[in-house]
Amino acid sequence: MSAVVTTAGHWRRATLLLALAGLVAFALADLSISRGTPGAELQRLAQGLITPDFTATDALGEALATTLAFAFQGVALGAAGGFTLALLWHRPGVRFFAASIRAVHELFWGLIFLQITGLSPLTGVLAIGLPYAGIFAKVFGEFLEEADPKPADALPGGTNPVTTFFTARLPLVWDQFRAYGAYRLECALRAAAILGFIGLPTLGFHMETAFREGGYSQGAALLYIFFALIGTQRLWLHRRLVPVYLLAAVLWAPPLSSGPDGALKRFLTTDIVPAPLRDGGGWAESGTWLAELGTQQALPGVANTLVVALAALLLTGVLALALFPLASPHFGHRPGRALAHLALVMVRTTPEFLLAFVLLIVLGPSMLPGILALALHTGVIVAYLTGRFSESIRPQRGYSQALTRYGYEILPRVYPNFLAFLLYRFEIIIRETAVLGLLGIPTLGFYIDSGFAEFRFDRALVLIIITVMMNLAVDAFSRILRRRLRLQTPATAY
Amino acid sequence: MRARQCALLVLVLLTGTAAGAEPFTFTAIPDQNESRLMSLFGKVADYLQKRLDTPVRYVPVKSYAAAVTAFRNNEVQMAWFGGLSGVQARRMVPDSRALAQGAEDRHFRTYFIAHEKADVEPADEFPEAIAGETFTFGSKGSTSGRLMPEFYIRQELGAPPEEVFERVGFSGDHSRTIALIDSGAYAVGAVNFKVWQTAVEEGRVNTDRVQVIWKTPPYPDYHWVMRGDADERFGSGFTARVRDILLKLEDKEILQAFPRSEFVPASNADYQPIRRTAHQIGLLAE
Repeated sequence: MSAVVTTAGHWRRATLLLALAGLVAFALADLSISRGTPGAELQRLAQGLITPDFTATDALGEALATTLAFAFQGVALGAAGGFTLALLWHRPGVRFFAASIRAVHELFWGLIFLQITGLSPLTGVLAIGLPYAGIFAKVFGEFLEEADPKPADALPGGTNPVTTFFTARLPLVWDQFRAYGAYRLECALRAAAILGFIGLPTLGFHMETAFREGGYSQGAALLYIFFALIGTQRLWLHRRLVPVYLLAAVLWAPPLSSGPDGALKRFLTTDIVPAPLRDGGGWAESGTWLAELGTQQALPGVANTLVVALAALLLTGVLALALFPLASPHFGHRPGRALAHLALVMVRTTPEFLLAFVLLIVLGPSMLPGILALALHTGVIVAYLTGRFSESIRPQRGYSQALTRYGYEILPRVYPNFLAFLLYRFEIIIRETAVLGLLGIPTLGFYIDSGFAEFRFDRALVLIIITVMMNLAVDAFSRILRRRLRLQTPATAY
Repeated sequence: MRARQCALLVLVLLTGTAAGAEPFTFTAIPDQNESRLMSLFGKVADYLQKRLDTPVRYVPVKSYAAAVTAFRNNEVQMAWFGGLSGVQARRMVPDSRALAQGAEDRHFRTYFIAHEKADVEPADEFPEAIAGETFTFGSKGSTSGRLMPEFYIRQELGAPPEEVFERVGFSGDHSRTIALIDSGAYAVGAVNFKVWQTAVEEGRVNTDRVQVIWKTPPYPDYHWVMRGDADERFGSGFTARVRDILLKLEDKEILQAFPRSEFVPASNADYQPIRRTAHQIGLLAE
């Protein structure tokens, strides 16, 4: 180890470690462009993007309403659940539970609930609400932990804990809660749209059809509607209208199940019981079953997930470092920044799953479309956050050349925060990488999808649990690294 | 005040649309382009509705598994399944039964198609030269796009597809398989022969670039399956009536869209060979 251990030295070493891991991943990854004529397809896609067809989709209004309805109800359920969990945030069991439910992707939850509650609104609401409860719990829990304890301490001893909470704790963080809730709604709209890919009647249902069949003009129109919906959120999401929206959401898509009675019991006591046990075998057979599943599916799935995620992380970092000046007041001029801002917002709004789906069609099947989609989406987010952070810097050295200013002044000062954002996002990249398997990239999701396709829910469940464990491990790794590097991260990066 | 008015309006709109008798619903495996399926099964729904005098609705789904799950959950009472999905559905809903199949479904085939870059000549024998190429199946749950081709690959090349080919993919449906081979994304693929023929007739595939290199021996495939409790729900004799209507279907436009020449009776026992094949390659649990 080096003789002088400085924080900057730690940062350098962490960067080197992640870059090396990323390079190894790139060396191992399948990056071929297998499509014979990606140029021609790209041209068709570009043509579609400039000639959107808003009339091609039947029942567009319904799909839009359903997307909104799922998002509102999902966030409401998630906030209520997360709030309850956050009250018990000091208990390790609650933290573990919250971490576990948020480690399962909305699409995996969706596939599970399709078995129990069918193609119903309840499936959409639960698929969003459950993981969001885990996310809200974490964020709310951390808000409360960081809030000033003095008001609570000042109350007379023996005050009812509920009273203490509502009078001396909650008011301190209420504004933060609200702001975070608005951000979550944007995420929920993305999630609701994506749930259309597994058959729920949201915007994604029609997007999948349009892009799959090469109807790029139709796909582009759907995408623009989606951008407009999210881009104007600040205009229509008024605090006082939230209850109205929520009521309308419940009325439009009542969260009821269309599954048969006893579906939950069937799922828990038959479907997910390991096949050997179900057929009257013992633990020995189950051990063999588990070992086979491990070597044939879990192991390659985990390895491929890591390869794609680490390669995407490296590319994300490079992209973010190259792009953050576009969002920083220290570079360029105002109109340029406004334009860049629009581009960043559009890429950020496009869910990585949809991006990967389109890139797979254009470039052909390999890991490349997945890596590109993850890196583009996350790179832009990290660039945006880093650029915004750089607003707080006041240049002291007066470098006139942009490149010198970038290298000697701004970059060194934003670097710790950049690294923190990146590490924070790693957990999300892993979660998204796993789910890209549903599109055919051989990450864990590919094998989970096979489990559902073959009605071997027992296998799918074991593999989902493995994605959870993988997520928890990456989360722990990233947390330890951030602590060692003494990096502060705002919760809104999540 | 404004909130209450809004809510009231929404309530009125919703209650206005929810009235009507309980509809008879069916689905179909999404084996090709969805716009095609929507138009075809929309017509089938109209056709059935007119003759059954009950509201009939087609429920589109995104995957073969979702079709089976909707059938299992009684969200649909009838479905147009493939050989394999029908077998899977009947395992999960034990008293359900096959009603009818297309005349062509008694002797269905899979075509192996190849892009010119694969450089494999058409032959009557299984094309062993495809080993080492890239290969795409259709859906993971498809009979003609997955089950039968995988069976012959294992039998003729003596190893599972992942070991035989440079890359193995699942395109999702037959239209997509053809598009992927046409673009050269995969060198070789397995496709439902009916979907292939229609694509060739409609000029949607470049036959200079892509050609059929092998045809599998015949096997039973697509069929209509009805849940066992449909009579309880829609009145006794309902299943028999639906079966009768399907067998008498003579509408040229509908038949051509399937494409089938006519529907003939089918029974669960007709699909025993599919069941055995699925067991053999480990796609069905014991």
